[in-house]
Amino acid sequence: MNLKILVCAKRVIDPNVKVHVRADGSGLQLDGLRTTLNPFDEVAVEEAVRLREAGHAAEVVVASVGPAACREVLRTALAMGAERALLLELPHEPEPLAAAKCLAALVRRENPDLVLMGKQSTDHDHGQTPAMLAALLGWPQALQASKLEPGDGALRVTCELDQGSETVELPLPAVVSADLRLNEPRYAALPAVMKAKKKPLELLQPQDLGLPAPAPARLHLQRAELPAARGGGRVLADAAGLLAALRDEARVL
Amino acid sequence: MSVLVLVPCDDGRPADGALAALGAAQALGPLQVLACGPGAAAAAAGLALLPQVQRVLVLEAPALPRAEAMAPWLAQQCAARGCTHLVATALAWPRALLPRTAALLDLMAVTEVVKIVDADTFVRPVHAGAALTTLRVPDALRILTVRASAFEPPQPQVREPAPVEAVAPPPAESRSASALQRQLPQADGSVALIGARVVVSGGRGTGSAAGFDQLRPLAQALGAAVGASRAAVDAGYAPADRQVGQTGKSVAPELYFALGISGAVQHWAGMKDSKVIVAVNKDPEAPIFQFADYGLVADLFEVLPALQSGIAALPPRS
Repeated sequence: MNLKILVCAKRVIDPNVKVHVRADGSGLQLDGLRTTLNPFDEVAVEEAVRLREAGHAAEVVVASVGPAACREVLRTALAMGAERALLLELPHEPEPLAAAKCLAALVRRENPDLVLMGKQSTDHDHGQTPAMLAALLGWPQALQASKLEPGDGALRVTCELDQGSETVELPLPAVVSADLRLNEPRYAALPAVMKAKKKPLELLQPQDLGLPAPAPARLHLQRAELPAARGGGRVLADAAGLLAALRDEARVL
Repeated sequence: MSVLVLVPCDDGRPADGALAALGAAQALGPLQVLACGPGAAAAAAGLALLPQVQRVLVLEAPALPRAEAMAPWLAQQCAARGCTHLVATALAWPRALLPRTAALLDLMAVTEVVKIVDADTFVRPVHAGAALTTLRVPDALRILTVRASAFEPPQPQVREPAPVEAVAPPPAESRSASALQRQLPQADGSVALIGARVVVSGGRGTGSAAGFDQLRPLAQALGAAVGASRAAVDAGYAPADRQVGQTGKSVAPELYFALGISGAVQHWAGMKDSKVIVAVNKDPEAPIFQFADYGLVADLFEVLPALQSGIAALPPRS
């Protein structure tokens, strides 16, 4: 196979950073928090680069949709081995439907054989963009992929299910979303990071792709709050004490 | 209000967790149920006795229809029936199908809902459960996936059964993935994770696949489902479909044992709504102790035999 692969990369708040709720409950306090490439998209980038290294792909293009700061995650993907990057600039991070519409326009421009992206982002956990993009393109989809094998004009993809997994034959072009199990992403060493700075990163505006100005969000955020706090518990001396507490105090045994 | 609840079926009964969507939708008014998949017809009689159910539509098929074929069909059904809500439990099939359907209708779906406030307002967690967001959806059709751990399945009623009606499956779609092989988990009689009353989960502290397997007798003694942290799954100690956490399953049992699990936010996201959390960990500084109700700072393998024999010796509750 000699695939052209488009990988979608989202910038997210670093999942190891604690987010806070604004005091008035109007939303999340995210200003100034460290950001990173969505870990699931990182797996997608890694898979695309491995396919190229194994001779199954001709080119790996990485694309993001959002504010100018998304360039940083594109640079990460370039350092991991993608050849070039596209940023469709929007004033705000779009919600999944709007993101899928933007990505569909990028796909129509680039004509890849395969779109790879994470199964969800670790910030909003919507998990909608891959299936929405496939819908807008009328393409087949394979979600939560934990194994990907190139075949004759199609891919063989193993997808995680509620119980066990299934292997599907996926005709191309298609959208695949990556589970964490797909691979372990490489760490880009300094020379690769330096080299990535010279790789092409193209900035696009919605009108360049014939897209209308971004529409307002479809989901209206009313309130953000912290989940009910769990009181710190008790440390017991031994198994017998634990069982007694579970039986007589918590009454769950 | 015209609410359509999607119930994937397996082997003649609703899939594990699928009925949580019916529990969630009770608040929305009378329900139409669309039972799909292998044995949907057999499952229909039971569904027809559940509260609020006005009609059961049966899409009997040897396998759950793939999203590529099903999404346009479902979009058309929602339009034809004037649906105000399309609801399903956030299982793998609806998670693949509902966003695809929503995009065809130029709508957003609201996924992983944990609370229905009213007909157009829903609560869902973000940032691995660090915050809950309340969202209003002004569209005429709201498409929701709900967390199985957040809603109780409804109990059958003594009632006149709702009418059951077969519907023709969607036409095949050639531009679609097609199943080659299904890898089922070992049929070892183990309890399903979704909906389990007790869950026994192991983490990196179990040390090996053999160490992880030492939790199974305890799970068996408790009638518990076996779960795992991402670390245990990544290390190959436990199968992926047993993972509890942000990227695995969300559970809310009455009793949750976290054994050799440090308690990363990622894991917390999937089990924090458990009624009682028990942690056993060698490391007294492990984050799990900050939110466990009961803790033992001990070597897991030294404690296991005492726990097992203690449970076996418990007199039945009177």
